[in-house]
Amino acid sequence: MLEINHVYKTFNTGTVNEKVALSDLSLTLNDGDFVTVIGGNGAGKSTMLNAVAGVFSIDEGRIQIDGQDVTHLPEHKRARYIGRVFQDPMMGTAASMGIEENLALALRRGQSRSLRWGITNTERARYREQLKMLDLGLEDRLTSKVGLLSGGQRQALTLLMATLKKPKLLLLDEHTAALDPKTAEKVLALSDKIVAENSLTTMMVTHNMRDAIAHGNRLVMLYDGRVVIDVAGEEKKKLTVEKLLTQFGQVSGSTEADDKLLL
Amino acid sequence: MNIATLLNALPGAVAQGLIWGIMAIGVYITFKILDIADLTVDGTMCTGGAVFIMLTLHGMGMVPALLCAFGAGLLAGLATGLLHTFCGIPAILAGILTQLALYSVNLRILGGSNQAINVDKYPLLVSLRYLQDVIKGTRSVLQYPILVVAIFVALIVMLLYWFFGTELGCSLRATGANSNMARAQGINTSFGKVLGLMLSNGLVALCSALLAQYNGFADVNMGRGSIVIGLAAVIIGDVLFSKLFRNFALQLVGVAIGAIIYYIVYQVVMWLGLKTDDMKLITAVIVAVFLAIPYWKGKYFSKPVKRGAVKNA
Repeated sequence: MLEINHVYKTFNTGTVNEKVALSDLSLTLNDGDFVTVIGGNGAGKSTMLNAVAGVFSIDEGRIQIDGQDVTHLPEHKRARYIGRVFQDPMMGTAASMGIEENLALALRRGQSRSLRWGITNTERARYREQLKMLDLGLEDRLTSKVGLLSGGQRQALTLLMATLKKPKLLLLDEHTAALDPKTAEKVLALSDKIVAENSLTTMMVTHNMRDAIAHGNRLVMLYDGRVVIDVAGEEKKKLTVEKLLTQFGQVSGSTEADDKLLL
Repeated sequence: MNIATLLNALPGAVAQGLIWGIMAIGVYITFKILDIADLTVDGTMCTGGAVFIMLTLHGMGMVPALLCAFGAGLLAGLATGLLHTFCGIPAILAGILTQLALYSVNLRILGGSNQAINVDKYPLLVSLRYLQDVIKGTRSVLQYPILVVAIFVALIVMLLYWFFGTELGCSLRATGANSNMARAQGINTSFGKVLGLMLSNGLVALCSALLAQYNGFADVNMGRGSIVIGLAAVIIGDVLFSKLFRNFALQLVGVAIGAIIYYIVYQVVMWLGLKTDDMKLITAVIVAVFLAIPYWKGKYFSKPVKRGAVKNA
């Protein structure tokens, strides 16, 4: 479904702030894979997701989605294939627009925007039904401005928006990191449910190793801008935090990584 | 200080305010919807009138001449839009560049620094003269400038209400509200910005064409500082009517009323003995104060937010 081939990305090339973010990164996702992505600060987790989403152009390499080469496609055109939820709850929704208006924008992801009405009555019924599934009482507040919602509500809404039109690839970028533990758990459970129901190919970045082990069918660890650990299936089910750390120590040849990872 | 003088001047103030209301609606599109302060309009505010007057003097009819003025505004907006999106120049600077360039363009169009149009020789849509004519009874009420411009404003508000309700219009609003989210939902935000700037400047040029008719001339300096007047109208409309008018169409009406209020205040200040020359200073002060109020409110008078409210997700 997704093929990342030998991708390189360096930020601020030629300055004192030069930062190699991705270095010979390769990763292939199969249809229906739910991959959790972990790694320390600066390992390139978010950079990888942003490279796939097309937020910036990459220096070298190739990215394919469902056999399509999207390497040179701008961000808004790649959106046809990709649903995204960001770390910042403010980033995925338009605060000054209503709940239904946000959903209507999401329903038209990947379509050309014409002079037809931006939202129809048949859609509204569907939105109400979908919002009911979130169990947050949003179904009765279709016209409320999204800016009035809490962070957790906004993340849940963003998740719904990302999947309202079934994407080929769902990218979750630490989407529970800014929420309090209880809300984070709720949003995470909702993510699981939506991914399973639609059998979505998903990449979820998290800084929580326990979450990474508990969710998805495959786990990938990044270090210095490339994949160093990639476990799937039965092997992943048997993973524990301790095992993962030992394994990482062997790959990276250092023990200082422990706290770097856990932080 | 005769109150009758003031009352006599009021219809003119209302008519002029309504005409500027169209311009203010244009400013609303960039400033409020797209979140861009577009300084192009100081140039466009002359271009529309210049194009209209020159074309009319060369024998073009009313409707095509107005459409050409609108088109000239679209082009000015396109220039700023491309400078901003395609060339990566910050929006404010892109607007200043186009505005500067338009000064030369406007001089070329006018063939000098100003150009008059004789109200007796050409059938104009609105004119200062018609105000008295209607009162005197030498002209039909249907040509009363306030009525004519009010119909204009109503048409524009209806068209914009429709447009911003369409898929394309919604994508424009999303671009201004949260460009990250817009791109993630497949919206070409660069296109949205260019389109919004074009639409806005088109309206400003249309306003300029009406204003040039109303005054009977176009002058290369007629647009100087107009962005501030437009902002004043937007802000007055917002402060006075934001609680009352939730609906988008009504908000646009509020902006037009804001422009009328501005010109009524203008007349009152004149009547109190200040000169036209002082008005730019007064306008700047009014806009600065109204822009500062929300900031001060947030900084010095903010109510503590209950933490629990956020957690109940």
